[in-house]
Amino acid sequence: MKKVILSCFLLGTFYSNAQTEIDAIMMSKNRFCVGSVYQYSSWDKYWEGTNKRENLNLGTVSTQSIGVMGNYGITDKLNVLFNIPYVKTNASAGTMKGQEGFQDLSLTLKYMPFEKKIKNATYSLYTIGSYSTPVSNYTVDYLPLSLGLGSKVASFRLMGDYQRGEFFTTLSGAYLFRSNVTIERNTYFTDEMHYTNEVDMPDVISINARIGYRSNRLIAEAIVDNWVTQSGGFDITQNNMPFPSNTMNALRLGTNIKYTLKKVPKLAFIGGYNYVVDGRNVGQSNTFYGGAFYVINFNKNSETK
Amino acid sequence: MKNNIQKKICKTLLAIVLAFTYSCTNDITERNDQFPQLNPTNVDDLAGTWKPILLTAPDEFPLDVPIATTLPAYTREINEIKSYQANITEEQKAIIGYWSVGGVLRWNEIMRTLVAKHNRPPYQNPDGTYPIPSGANPFANPEFPFSNPPYAARAYAYVSAAQYDAMIAAWHYKKLYNRPAPFVVDAALPVLIPKSTLPSYPSEDAVLAGVTVELLKLLFPTEIAFIQEKADEEKLYRIISGANVRSDVDAGISLGRKIAAKFIARASTDGAGAAVGNQALWTQLETQTAATEETPWKSQEFPTRPPMLPLFGKVKSFFMSPADVVASRPVPPPSTKSEQFAKELAEIKAFSEDNSKKHQEIVTFWADGVGTYTPPGHWNAIASEAFVSQNYSEVRWARNMALLNIAMMDAAITCWDAKYFYFNPRPCQMDPSIKTTTGVPNFPAYVSGHSTFSAAACAVLSHFIPAKAENIKTMSTEASNSRLYGAIHYRSDCEKGLLLGETVGTFAVARAKTDGAE
Repeated sequence: MKKVILSCFLLGTFYSNAQTEIDAIMMSKNRFCVGSVYQYSSWDKYWEGTNKRENLNLGTVSTQSIGVMGNYGITDKLNVLFNIPYVKTNASAGTMKGQEGFQDLSLTLKYMPFEKKIKNATYSLYTIGSYSTPVSNYTVDYLPLSLGLGSKVASFRLMGDYQRGEFFTTLSGAYLFRSNVTIERNTYFTDEMHYTNEVDMPDVISINARIGYRSNRLIAEAIVDNWVTQSGGFDITQNNMPFPSNTMNALRLGTNIKYTLKKVPKLAFIGGYNYVVDGRNVGQSNTFYGGAFYVINFNKNSETK
Repeated sequence: MKNNIQKKICKTLLAIVLAFTYSCTNDITERNDQFPQLNPTNVDDLAGTWKPILLTAPDEFPLDVPIATTLPAYTREINEIKSYQANITEEQKAIIGYWSVGGVLRWNEIMRTLVAKHNRPPYQNPDGTYPIPSGANPFANPEFPFSNPPYAARAYAYVSAAQYDAMIAAWHYKKLYNRPAPFVVDAALPVLIPKSTLPSYPSEDAVLAGVTVELLKLLFPTEIAFIQEKADEEKLYRIISGANVRSDVDAGISLGRKIAAKFIARASTDGAGAAVGNQALWTQLETQTAATEETPWKSQEFPTRPPMLPLFGKVKSFFMSPADVVASRPVPPPSTKSEQFAKELAEIKAFSEDNSKKHQEIVTFWADGVGTYTPPGHWNAIASEAFVSQNYSEVRWARNMALLNIAMMDAAITCWDAKYFYFNPRPCQMDPSIKTTTGVPNFPAYVSGHSTFSAAACAVLSHFIPAKAENIKTMSTEASNSRLYGAIHYRSDCEKGLLLGETVGTFAVARAKTDGAE
């Protein structure tokens, strides 16, 4: 048995769904890590197509979310994860009413088929399958204040991790299959007219790279994340409203920290910040988050490896 | 053992992903792809005697006598059809499939697309003023037009009215010259669409294409290439399908163009071009309302946007005289200082705070705001889907669309007249704590445009299809209520708007009873 780092996952909640699984950290068998994260994300500029602008009729658009998430080690090499956020949106100017409610539940299986130590370095490979689905009937066609995009998403991610001493690099790429969404209009215009209430959602490719320091007590990392909508989307035209099937791209930079208490090693705190450096049909958001996790050990022999 | 489990997990994961991929690639079926080919139960062969909207007589514009079907030149035209059919491509088959549903219907859809595409308010200048789209310089920023609801209502009305007059003329000449269809002349000629018993000169589709293209060039000048492409497809469809020979089509285009010119001349002098107003007028509207000690309307947009088309109420109607417009004007709204007003405002405040999913659905369904075909477009879509099942002839399609759209243009005229006569504030202006679930339109509240459009459409459509009257009424009421639920209109706006729409609708219905089609 390889040594599996006992740790809660370090969050990179770039999008509040389906992003909790993309670190190279596994829960060991029969351990359950559960916690809660609060996130505040806001923007006052956005890209209308490729044109960056402000909108005085929205002011600052903010999204707050509080999520409950957990990670259970079925085996040392197979984890199951869940995440369910409650989201609240608001626009500081104009008349549009913010929304709140439960957003999407995501369930993830994370599997590490390969881990090998060569000299001083550890190489590991992960496959991550995730599924997310809306858990309330929130209004989708209400961007930018809707709680989410309403699509059922299945994603498959391949991730590689390299650790040497206490320094590491993780690289991963995912393909996200997104289901059609149903909106409350029966006709809509994208770049052509559609006489249906169903909207074809373009798929997404997400690339994520991390580098940093990782020990049993402290993890600190820098992140670059690129979210690229595949063909089938379209741009917001000037002074038009956004639409769920817009091409939404975002290149983000961020940092995450996780600290496990020395006296209470079952308790860990996390925090982080990220921002969008470039995008298309998305807000240039600044995102802060923080949370706490607690590990429950279901092993009879509760000694930590 | 462990490896086996791992393999199983891997396979399961893969299977889930593949299954999901498959389920996501399900094609979406769109309603307008399901329409059947036009095959009228009654070809309305006497429609050449129906009363036109603007033409003085069906033969106001002359049409040449067609060449005889016995001449070699005609045979060569038949040969053109055969040569197309011998080498027909999939793309051509798709064109036939698209257009054979009906020319009036397809042009109406195209117009809805153009309206939706251009229904975007101009973006502000750096100094906080707004540029005004100009028909004289349509490609400048902002592009012309901004097809907001009044603009759209008028556009739908002009195109529909011109199409109707053009169809009457077409039916007149069909009967006059009585040229048989190519498949009657040459019984061996295959026909790819349902055979019409009408004479084929001029081609009704070509007349439609001719008249519509010219009007759309005026109304959506930046779209001429797209419009022309559609017209070329429609002409080709008639020839390839064996419904018309080329001389039927050429004659139709020429007739359609002449009729269009008469409507274009009217459009350029109907007052719509001046409806934007100017700073002096915008200021005057505010001061004259303030002088009555009422609260004048103020734009809720940043930067402050001038009110939408304040002089649209002065646009020349097809059916109503300026005196009719004034006589139809709703009673004054409750004073902003009255108890009644406070009560209505409180009701809207309550709607703004309810989180009813049902209300939100209704608000969104009927919003028809920026980037959509507008409320008149929504009613065109509703009408089209209802008409499809009635198996109308092209001329009846055109007539019913014309009456519907003229009624909605009159709704726009009378509603805008009321809005700027009373210049009443929106609920969120009176109580800034009122948040809305749809955009706040940039014009005064009283009376509700949605309500006026919907009641006018309801009156006309219920007259055409009495069996659906109840259903149409439900929709119209819901469209009106959506503005309450969205917290952008008071109850008086909606109730009096419905009443106004009903009044306006009676003009079109009266006309329908006397135009010779019923």
